[in-house]
Amino acid sequence: MTREEIIQAENLVYKKPELMNDVPMHYCPGCSHGVVHKLVAEVIAEMGMEEKTIGVSPVGCAVFAYRYLDIDWQEAAHGRAPAVATACKRLWPDRLVFTYQGDGDLACIGTAETIHALNRGENITIIFINNAIYGMTGGQMAPTTLVGMKTATCPYGRDPKLHGYPLKMTEIAAQLEGTAYVTRQSVHSVAAIRKCKAAIRKAFENSMAGKGSNLVEVVSTCNSGWKMNPVKANEWMEEHMFDFYHVGDLKG
Amino acid sequence: MEEREVLLMKGNEAIAHAAIRCGCDGYFGYPITPQSEVLETLAAEKPWETTGMVVLQAESETASINMIYGGGGCGKRVMTSSSSPGVALMQEGLAYMAGAEVPGLIVNVQRGGPGLGTIQPSQSDYNQATRGGGNGDYHLIVLAPNSVQEMADFVDLAFELSFKYRNPAMILSDGVIGQMMEKVVLPPFKPRRTEEEIMKECPWAATGSGLKSRQPNVITSLELQSEVMEQRNLHLQRKYKEIQEKEVRYEMQHCDDADYVIVAFGSASRISQKAMDMMRARGEKVGLFRPITLWPFPEKEIRELAGRVKGILVVEINAGMMVYDVRAAAQYSVPIEQFGRLGGIVPDPDEIIEAMEKLKK
Ligand SMILES: Cc1ncc(C[n+]2csc(CCOP(=O)(O)OP(=O)(O)O)c2C)c(N)n1
Ligand code: SF4
Ligand SMILES: [Mg+2]
Repeated sequence: MTREEIIQAENLVYKKPELMNDVPMHYCPGCSHGVVHKLVAEVIAEMGMEEKTIGVSPVGCAVFAYRYLDIDWQEAAHGRAPAVATACKRLWPDRLVFTYQGDGDLACIGTAETIHALNRGENITIIFINNAIYGMTGGQMAPTTLVGMKTATCPYGRDPKLHGYPLKMTEIAAQLEGTAYVTRQSVHSVAAIRKCKAAIRKAFENSMAGKGSNLVEVVSTCNSGWKMNPVKANEWMEEHMFDFYHVGDLKG
Repeated sequence: MEEREVLLMKGNEAIAHAAIRCGCDGYFGYPITPQSEVLETLAAEKPWETTGMVVLQAESETASINMIYGGGGCGKRVMTSSSSPGVALMQEGLAYMAGAEVPGLIVNVQRGGPGLGTIQPSQSDYNQATRGGGNGDYHLIVLAPNSVQEMADFVDLAFELSFKYRNPAMILSDGVIGQMMEKVVLPPFKPRRTEEEIMKECPWAATGSGLKSRQPNVITSLELQSEVMEQRNLHLQRKYKEIQEKEVRYEMQHCDDADYVIVAFGSASRISQKAMDMMRARGEKVGLFRPITLWPFPEKEIRELAGRVKGILVVEINAGMMVYDVRAAAQYSVPIEQFGRLGGIVPDPDEIIEAMEKLKK
């Protein structure tokens, strides 16, 4: 069979989402960010919202999310994406508005903006990439770093006496009146990726239906920050992260 | 007919009414004395039921300014107001707006500092407002009203300038102008722009729609390639130069025959006007020069004025900030002194006259 014969519509088993462009990604190989980007792109297209979406990117490794998805974006200051998204959605109520934030961005410097946007019931979706570390700045301790986990700023392991405890923002969000749907997902296996995509879809649909705010946490790997190869990072996540960050729906 | 009605209200209330009337799409703010009447008036007026304007009490000034960033970034006419400590908290957001070229209006009804300071009036945020205040090389367009009427009039003007140049604009007021009641004629009603009008005026905005016929729009201040970042900075600098050439605003009173002039802005100019009138009544040829735009600063005009007077007294309610701009503009050609009170105390005309007498010696 020639190459041309193989490349036929009926042989198609996988296609890159059309909203994803051909720019090489800056993410490290094995990083969860790329997978979640793809899911977001697929869901936007499947909902037919390509012409009606505003994304808000964070400060963190996903700062350049706007390079990869061909939609309108605003790049927010560190932690402030939910405030930016609040305004976008209130001023353009028929748009699909979502933020895409890391754990440092969402659960540390932007804790107030996150809680208040969720609690006001803003009709937005927050996608929360929890890799338990500050990836972009080189692997420092995050509010979500597990007890005992080593990072550049807790080289002997996170010690609650010194550093306090990891923060479960998603559990907090589930208690807020304004949230419609709060879930914790992961993208470490094909099954998990499928579930995560369904969660993003549900969250986006809720936002458009005016049901309130939606939080999709994705327990993620940062193989560079964790100083592991991608396979080892996935294993480590399953072994340690899932024990503390239980995957599943918390509300809605 | 109704449009020309003369009303009596506070400066802060005038800001709120003017916002509703000039097609403002959204207000986001956090309470702080002496400006809380802006949000209170808007909440009472319920413009979301009439013009469709969004009004939201944010969780902090940090959130407010980032809501302005978000709103301006998607092409809407949005504003916030606060007072000095709150505006201090907004500086990061303002730098992002300047860097990403996001229009928007920030009203600062100044109070005394530093820190929590006092709730009494002050003009000690002059440096912060005119130098940028946050990180990086940037400027805000800064308008300084000296009456309740100008509080009302400058809302639309600030929005127009802000969108024309894609640059955040600030109304730098103070507790005197914000709290005092005066007669005011509110600006005529101007409808909010339609979606089509916004797309036309702001083809750069992240509105989320129209992507079939254009590239995606991205609002960002980030650029990691130094060569590109330098070009972006140079573009900003060219824009600032154009603003300096075209948008300087000022007012002169009795400057033609003056031997001495007072340079003052905002509430200090009102008190200085009284002092000038008192000195004029005694036959002294004193004039008043009032910068209306603090940035761009009326440099040329002050240089020209300095060439034909014997001395300049700068009156400002701070320890000496604008005086440096006046000296630089005048190129140190005549004696220039500053007079101000601190800690929330507003100078009285007699003190200004005394300071003028000292300058004359
Ligand atoms: C105000 C401010 N403080 C600090 C930084 C530096 N900084 C950039 S990214 C980052 C942490 C990002 O971590 P996270 O949100 O977990 O995202 P990740 O890179 O792990 O995806 C920090 C501290 C900044 N850019 N701005
Ligand atoms: S540093 Fe971590 S979060 Fe950032 S791209 Fe690399 S693996 Fe991903
Ligand atoms: Mg992280």
